[in-house]
Amino acid sequence: MTGWIFAIVQTLCVVLFAPFMAGWIKWLKCKLQNRQGPAPWQPYQDLLKLSKKEVLLAITASPIFRAAPYVVFSVTVVAISVVPVVSVQLPTSALADVIVLVGFLALARFFLTLAGMDIGTAFGGMGSSREVTISSLAEPALLLAFFTVSMNASSTNLSTVISHLTQYDFILYPSLIFSSMGFILVAIAETGRIPIDNPATHLELTMIHEAMILEYSGRHLALMEWAAMLKLTLYAILIVNLVTPWGVAMTLDTGDILIGIVIVTGKLLILGALLAVAETVQAKLRLFRAPQYLGLAFILSLLGMMSHIILEVG
Amino acid sequence: MNASMSLAIAQSAVLFTLLSAILPLFLTRKPLLSARFSFLLLGLSGVAASWAGAMTLLANHAEQVVLPIGLPWLHVVLRIDPLSGFFLCIVGLITFTAACYGPAYVQEYIGGSHPLGTLTFFTGLFICGMMLVLLAADAFSFMIAWELMSVASYFLVVYQHHQAENRSAAFIYLLMAVVGGAFILLAYGVLAGFSDSFTFAAMAAADLSPTWATIAFLLAFIGFGMKAGIVPLHVWLPQAHPVAPSHISALMSGVMLKVAIYGFIRFVYELLGGIQWQWGVLVLLIGAASAVLGVLYALVQNDLKRLLAYSSVENIGIVYIGLGLSMIFHATGHTEIAALALIAALYHCLNHALFKGLLFLGAGAVLQQSQQHDMEKMGGLIRRMPVTAVCFLVGCISISALPPFNGFVSEWLTFQAALQGTVLRSGILGAIIPVASAMLALTGALALACFVKVYGIIFLGRPRSPQAAEAQETAFGMRFAQITLALLCLGFGIFPTWVVHTINVIPEHLMGIGLSRAADNGWLWLTPIGKQTASYGALAVLFGLLLSWLVVYFFLHPLRRDNRIRTTTVWDCGFGPLSPRMQYTSSSFSMPIRRIFSFLWFIVEKIKPAEQGKGPRYSLQIGDWIWLTIYLPIGKFILKLAERTSRIQGGNLRVYLSYSFFTLLFLLWVIV
Repeated sequence: MTGWIFAIVQTLCVVLFAPFMAGWIKWLKCKLQNRQGPAPWQPYQDLLKLSKKEVLLAITASPIFRAAPYVVFSVTVVAISVVPVVSVQLPTSALADVIVLVGFLALARFFLTLAGMDIGTAFGGMGSSREVTISSLAEPALLLAFFTVSMNASSTNLSTVISHLTQYDFILYPSLIFSSMGFILVAIAETGRIPIDNPATHLELTMIHEAMILEYSGRHLALMEWAAMLKLTLYAILIVNLVTPWGVAMTLDTGDILIGIVIVTGKLLILGALLAVAETVQAKLRLFRAPQYLGLAFILSLLGMMSHIILEVG
Repeated sequence: MNASMSLAIAQSAVLFTLLSAILPLFLTRKPLLSARFSFLLLGLSGVAASWAGAMTLLANHAEQVVLPIGLPWLHVVLRIDPLSGFFLCIVGLITFTAACYGPAYVQEYIGGSHPLGTLTFFTGLFICGMMLVLLAADAFSFMIAWELMSVASYFLVVYQHHQAENRSAAFIYLLMAVVGGAFILLAYGVLAGFSDSFTFAAMAAADLSPTWATIAFLLAFIGFGMKAGIVPLHVWLPQAHPVAPSHISALMSGVMLKVAIYGFIRFVYELLGGIQWQWGVLVLLIGAASAVLGVLYALVQNDLKRLLAYSSVENIGIVYIGLGLSMIFHATGHTEIAALALIAALYHCLNHALFKGLLFLGAGAVLQQSQQHDMEKMGGLIRRMPVTAVCFLVGCISISALPPFNGFVSEWLTFQAALQGTVLRSGILGAIIPVASAMLALTGALALACFVKVYGIIFLGRPRSPQAAEAQETAFGMRFAQITLALLCLGFGIFPTWVVHTINVIPEHLMGIGLSRAADNGWLWLTPIGKQTASYGALAVLFGLLLSWLVVYFFLHPLRRDNRIRTTTVWDCGFGPLSPRMQYTSSSFSMPIRRIFSFLWFIVEKIKPAEQGKGPRYSLQIGDWIWLTIYLPIGKFILKLAERTSRIQGGNLRVYLSYSFFTLLFLLWVIV
């Protein structure tokens, strides 16, 4: 029972932390680019403001358009609830393994892209078309990277995988290195960051995620924005807990969890800082260069898996 | 009612289909009444078949009967066991829903140039053939039932024969069905050569050398693969399935392909035995190729039913991936993982039948109402046909393998089986299985892209043609059929443990071992290999989704506040009214993927510049490389050969008689 309460509390904490993560990256990025920038807690104010505002609905909108924000948000929340963040003793992680996690993200994307096509404007369709293209190239690489760590741990359960990874000595396993690199590339693409998509722009011809949610307003927009922040945080947690799994608590003891919270939050903030630096020093790719980028991610993940099977088994 | 009745019930299902075929022929005066009567009998037959199948599965029961019909030394042997019971269940379910759907759907044919009697006659024979294939327990009656199924479905494909393309599609179908049938016949021939009779029991006991076993396997693989539609034998499928009436398409795509899978499983696992791992590799690779190519070809189609047909190629590929894995693991002695992969393949057969049946029935409703085949002319149908739209959405989510619906479970099981590849400790297999699982992952992602396109273009947005703008919701029977299938898609998605537990008896029969730990954590969790390895709690996932939805909803809708929504016009950037033609179309949606994988299609893209009075025109044609590079040359070669040989066809009777004489002499020389 403690486990279930812990799972719910942990999910709520991550959901509440997500806007700060997004704000933190934005603030750092602005500082790096010599701009004033909004404070890291600005996203909270934005969400609050949006949730109070009136909803304007296009006359051509169908029920799918109105349901999509709730579906996208709740699916992302459920996805977060199955990921061990500060402790591997998470009962919910037995409900859904990594493949189901990828399935959740795909389900959210399914409704997000449908919502983009619902109004019948060119921008929405454009965003949806690009989103499904990018993610259909990214998802195989993502799954392969997950498969490699799963094969290492002989389990697809995230709790088992993470507790297995923490027991490794500090040795460089080629399979884990390759698949981590592939996974990071995919994470950047899937969360809509530079060089694939630019979260800061509303320039029509380059945007992907913003194009799909262009018609949203009020609480619907708040949910969509929040879901995007959640997705960013989810990928960040997966990166810090799978690539550098040290510090995640093995038990549900208060002390261990407190240490876990400190370490994981620290790692998340450092990762956010790295992302801000990376976004500052590089430019966005043209859309049709994205397949090469994702192809690289796929090859890295495949290399990771091959090197596990050929070098490390037995 | 105990399980020993199941064969009798299955036989009565066959009888009902025959009655449904024949009785309407005596009632030609009142076509609608006779069609309804025929569909009623079909519905009864569907219920009986699924009942018999379910009873056999649940009771883990097998029984056999020898019917005193047929040739004097070749009696018809019928048998029902868990494997045939499972597939009988699939046939029964889809037959039942098609029978609910049919009466309202065929109304448009009344008074037309195509007599309804033909349709009901061949529908009955078609389903009768499929059921008999599943029940047959000797090669002779199997082949007769198989050919009955092929020929009857040919007549259904060619039903609307006034259009030339339908005739050519049906001809190609018939041609490939005949060739496929010949391969199966030869495969049985090899087995019969090593055994003393045509019954399956004798064939299973036959002892084949590895070479002969491989030959028989290859013959069966090609023969059954042609019917199942694996790449590169799939070319008839996207031509033949779309032109049949929609409930027939649902039966062909949903069920007939599964009957071919049944034949393959029965042949390889039971009759042939002694599976070699190289066979598994072949099945796995062909399956992976079918899955990826099928979905990529589906993605670029603009004709709804053709798109669904290509997507059947994809799903058959996924089934073959499961079968290939199962054969590899079986041949290398990892029987429990082989059982898992086989269960995944069987589960996917069931799921594909359900969601593809649902999608074809939905497509039929859409086509009937919008009077369009071309997706570029649809749009906004969710407002006009809400029930169809919701059911179709369920079908799209299921086929895109998204939790918590059924398509996800079978793909998840396939992945779990593939992830056990490390036990093989073999370099080649170690490299092939990960690549195959990568292909499966790519397939899933592309399927999502494909069905987002389908749903978004057809049901969302604004109508792109006046007919689409005036579509109406369909009749009750058609809605009922779709709702049933949609509920089954959800049901089989959230109770996977029960399904896996039920079909677990099939690997127990075929390989002597099943999954022992699938319900280690209780019925809520599906743990195919063990608690620690992988688990999926589908019902809890659904519950979690609903819970978080409710929390979010109440959080954002405080009771005291005014939560009304204001509707306004669409934001048009200040440039005046938007027209439906400004929306993204089906071709433009798939354009980025078309560009990335452009080497896979034969694309002819033409842009005609604007002339006076006419705007610019854009046309896009996408051809199937396999058709163009393999089949057309073969066809040309055969025509040329026929021309050459036609020289000996002089029309002179004496010459023909001398041909017969010399042939006879030659044969006598061979024999003596």
